[in-house]
Amino acid sequence: MKPNDVVLQTITTVAAFIIVLFSIQLFFAGHYNPGGGFIGGLLTSGAIVLLLLAFDIKTVSTIFPFDYKIMTAIGLLLSVGTGAGALLFDVPFLTHAYEYFHLPLLGEQSLHTAVIFDTGVYLVVIGITMTIIQTIGESE
Amino acid sequence: MTNLLLLPILIPLLTAIALMLLHKRIEMQRIVSVLSLIGTVIATSILLAKVKTDGIQTLNLGSWEAPYGITLVSDMLSVLLVLTATVITLFVIMFSFHSIGRDRETFYYYPIVQFLLVGINGAFTTGDIFNLFVFFEVMLMSSYVLLVLGGTKIQLRESIKYILVNIISSALFVIAVGFLYSVVGTLNMAQISERIAESNQPGIITVIAMLFLVVFGLKGAIFPLYFWLPGSYYAPPAPILALFGALLTKVGVYSILRTYSLFFYHETGFTHSVLMILSLLTIIVGVIGAIAYWDLKKIIIYNVIVAVGVILFGVSVNSSTSIEGSIFYVLHDMVIKAALFLLIGIMIKITGTSNLKQMRGLIKQFPLLAWTFFIAALSLAGIPPLSGFIGKLLIVQGGFEEGNYIGAGIILLSSLLVLYSVMKIFMNGFFGKPTEYKADHIPVGKLLIPSIALVTVAVLYGFNAELIYPYISDATETIVNPDMYIEAVLRGE
Repeated sequence: MKPNDVVLQTITTVAAFIIVLFSIQLFFAGHYNPGGGFIGGLLTSGAIVLLLLAFDIKTVSTIFPFDYKIMTAIGLLLSVGTGAGALLFDVPFLTHAYEYFHLPLLGEQSLHTAVIFDTGVYLVVIGITMTIIQTIGESE
Repeated sequence: MTNLLLLPILIPLLTAIALMLLHKRIEMQRIVSVLSLIGTVIATSILLAKVKTDGIQTLNLGSWEAPYGITLVSDMLSVLLVLTATVITLFVIMFSFHSIGRDRETFYYYPIVQFLLVGINGAFTTGDIFNLFVFFEVMLMSSYVLLVLGGTKIQLRESIKYILVNIISSALFVIAVGFLYSVVGTLNMAQISERIAESNQPGIITVIAMLFLVVFGLKGAIFPLYFWLPGSYYAPPAPILALFGALLTKVGVYSILRTYSLFFYHETGFTHSVLMILSLLTIIVGVIGAIAYWDLKKIIIYNVIVAVGVILFGVSVNSSTSIEGSIFYVLHDMVIKAALFLLIGIMIKITGTSNLKQMRGLIKQFPLLAWTFFIAALSLAGIPPLSGFIGKLLIVQGGFEEGNYIGAGIILLSSLLVLYSVMKIFMNGFFGKPTEYKADHIPVGKLLIPSIALVTVAVLYGFNAELIYPYISDATETIVNPDMYIEAVLRGE
């Protein structure tokens, strides 16, 4: 008889949402508080792994229809691109820039190119973790 | 342009990412990799000219001042090594088109080769000891993948050994950097050198020097830490083997040369004599292996070990003549080893075996291959007009000048045995009763083009030694005067 996972699946739908929110919070906190791209990415992939445990690989790949290898490449491109952007202004590689902006709702905030670099790290971490888990999970 | 010295690292990195995105389109991958490598060669040549006219180039990444940020430093030695590594990768990639096979090509072969080049070029260029570690890891992880790619039984077995050894040596590297950091309190190589000079190299620094010798010795395969190399290099196919044999061990050798000339040059009595004894034993072990085997790959693999010993002997003698010799020799050896591995790769493809006793008479069907191999073999042994000669001459001369007759004698004798080992391949494989080999399906001609190109590079290197000499002598100058390096990094002169 096929076991009924209704409790696990119901809790997962709620919990995965909270975990993703927490990971995004950690990701954006990185500049002033503990956190950043690495732990944020790891936690997001943690949420996806929880979904994988509760459902199966096929269902999860319809929820997140990404090719994680492509995601890794795009993440790398973002990080390296942020560094290489410095070449356009003829300053040393990886020189970052920031500016204060008045944003609607959020008020006075500083926007820093390091966030783009971190987004790259975030995507690479998710891409790599999910590639590893999916590849091992799918191999017989 | 401020970022010129970054381009040999950045171009392969961006290319690797682009190739990851188009990993299903093999033709595109080939074109993009070759174009980007040509671009890297051009950028490095411009950098070479710049270093020649303006002296050492430095770049403080992220605009952070020298000891606080990561500094990339291109002195003549590093830019020469970067150029050589890139040229070799270019020809090896061209060789791979017709030999590596579609399965490997669709499985990220080209991006990983680019990542390998990122690691190698980065390791040659960095001016920060921890950044050196990071680039070592970039290089090693790419080499793990290249070693196991294809997944045959022997590759799997040897990858386990190779990864195990390298993880242990990387852990030791981190520990050594930790020790060094706790003593001098900095990771910038120029500032480390300055602080060691201020404290006049106390005993603990000598211990750390030995630890670094163990770490880089494991990467660069010196006696008695070479044990993993013959097996691991035996496993992968010819183009990957050529990349490994030509480039990987040389990064270890470069690191020993850099640390022993920049950090640990105050109390040379102990450190450099240990290095000398180990390098001579490395030569001896290498030639024993080279003459003992009847297997093409094994013979050339043991010649890699011999070359490491010869170069490090020059480093350990530590006079400007011998360092000059080492630099001459390391550039020659990278090119000629890549060429030899590619040539035996062709031989193995034709005959279907790497056992020397099962092949003969190749010269009748493949005269061009035979004579290319002959020139490469003479060049390896150091016959005068060819490329191996000047390096070894200067190393031996340096040895005699310092009164080290035994060491210089061993090197001379080793040349003879090296010549014997490669001539054994030539005499047994190419001469003898001709056998008909069915080589219709093997594109021997296309495979020969990059191999001949590499041998040509080596021959030109030998014949134009006089033109190249000013560059080598510049490289030597910054090695024997660490102050030039420190001034350039810390005070931007």
